[in-house]
Amino acid sequence: MNNNIVYALYDDDDILLNSVKKMKEKNLNVKEVYTPFPVHGLDKVLELKETRMAITAFIYGCVGLIFGSVLIYYIMISGEYKSWPMNIGGKPNFTFFKNLPSFVPVLFELTVMFAGHLMALTYFYRCKLFPGSQETSPDPRTTDDKFLVEIEHENFKEVEKFLKTTGAIEIKKKDDK
Amino acid sequence: MFQLNKKLYFASISMIVLGLLSLVIGFMSDAHSTWTNLLFNNYFFLGISLFAVVFVAIQYVAEAGWSTVFKRVPEAMMAFLPYAGIIMLFIVIAAVMHWNHIYHWLEPGIMDPNEPNYDKIIAGKEPYLNAPFFLIRSIVYVIIWIYCARKLRQLSIKGDLEGDIGERSFFKGLRVSGWFLVFFAVTSCMASWDWIMSIDTHWFSTLFGWYIFSEWATIGFTTILLIALFLQKTGHLPDLNDSHIHDLGKFIFAFSIVWTYMWFSQFMLIWYANIPEEVTYFMQRIEQSNYSFLFWFSMVINFVVPLIMLMSRDAKRNKTILVIVSTIILIGHWINSYLLFAPGTLFEHGHLGLLEVGVFLGFIGLFIQIVSRTLSKTSVVIKSHPYLDESKNLHT
Repeated sequence: MNNNIVYALYDDDDILLNSVKKMKEKNLNVKEVYTPFPVHGLDKVLELKETRMAITAFIYGCVGLIFGSVLIYYIMISGEYKSWPMNIGGKPNFTFFKNLPSFVPVLFELTVMFAGHLMALTYFYRCKLFPGSQETSPDPRTTDDKFLVEIEHENFKEVEKFLKTTGAIEIKKKDDK
Repeated sequence: MFQLNKKLYFASISMIVLGLLSLVIGFMSDAHSTWTNLLFNNYFFLGISLFAVVFVAIQYVAEAGWSTVFKRVPEAMMAFLPYAGIIMLFIVIAAVMHWNHIYHWLEPGIMDPNEPNYDKIIAGKEPYLNAPFFLIRSIVYVIIWIYCARKLRQLSIKGDLEGDIGERSFFKGLRVSGWFLVFFAVTSCMASWDWIMSIDTHWFSTLFGWYIFSEWATIGFTTILLIALFLQKTGHLPDLNDSHIHDLGKFIFAFSIVWTYMWFSQFMLIWYANIPEEVTYFMQRIEQSNYSFLFWFSMVINFVVPLIMLMSRDAKRNKTILVIVSTIILIGHWINSYLLFAPGTLFEHGHLGLLEVGVFLGFIGLFIQIVSRTLSKTSVVIKSHPYLDESKNLHT
């Protein structure tokens, strides 16, 4: 039912935030909001679920730490039948624990790298961003300095009248192709 | 108006009495270890009160709005700076007068080639480490720190009386803060070399100043949070919301990690290079049985406890968890500050005992008295400040 969608364009994030609040109060069905940058407090107004990115970051960090430990244990301590034992600065390199201080930078970097890269990939996956993906925003100006709200309506005239009072600079129906 | 309740008032007074008693007993039984005891406890509270000035100054310079509603808390903590500064100067003067023997390089004859206790390495440091310069430096640091603290406090009170948004005093405060921060950046490093690092005269570490600063920042933020939570509970800070507490929790979490980063950077390079003149510092702390437990214990609780307990967002908004973690961190850093001084002055004889705890309690009592007295002088709630509205509406 494409012809039930209306787009309202705003040019200020504060006005946008207040109008979305009013729309929610009027029980309008706000489908989506497109903004050029994260608008503070919008997630609460839209009643979005809290992001689970923090949990994934923790898990990825742990994976990186474990990967780093195994890697460094294999390279520096065990090796394949201890084929290439290395003596760096006369430090004990036969036990993982005694040599731990020198491994900490490597473990730290791998933890950060795993957390950072895997989080970025997760973000791309969740936002369905991949090479050749199409933009979902109906108006390219939302990547510049405009804010767009996508609303489902039953009576266009009524909604248009209401949106004009909230400070929208442009209101249009979605074209049905 | 804030008024300390009777229970806490008498508790703090009795803590002061306990502290003085510990000092008297200490000086009668073992004067040398008592000087160290006084020095490291004073250092701990000097750090807290000095960091309060730094915090206020950073908020001015960054024109940060979030912290305005609890601005009176660091300002009250600043009031302790003159007390800690004067005790510090007293210790420094006592050291120069040879009443105590904390600073090994102040011993007479140590820089004279004809004397039996001549030390070539220490003699090479004479241009910097000599008694008159040491004394002058210490006095200059303390006086300018106290001057800036008083100035910022006065301007803040003036801003409240100014009405409207208190803009004029704010910009004056901004200027004072800028100069203070430049001065502090240099002098906090130099003070840590003079008062702490010069105890282990042969040893030096280039990041020692930042290491000390990160410790001051951690205990400073912890104390700000604890006092703010207390005032919120007694109803004196009605505008303090969960977001402010969350932000302070973030700072405690972050600076605990910065502290560990500094600690580890210092430790790992010295451990790896394994040069005799450098490793002695850690040998004293790791190999000697009276320090080794405290050394690892303080490191673990200062890092692992905040890392695990404050990692999630909900924990930083949970007051019970925050109070528990803050208390643990304060104790951990107190142990760590003991380890900055004791191994270099007391060697194998030092042990963290009841007298140290007694003096610590004495300082806590004095701190509570001074801070509460300063808080009760003006209204705890800020009346006019350019960022007051922003701070009240903080939400993260």
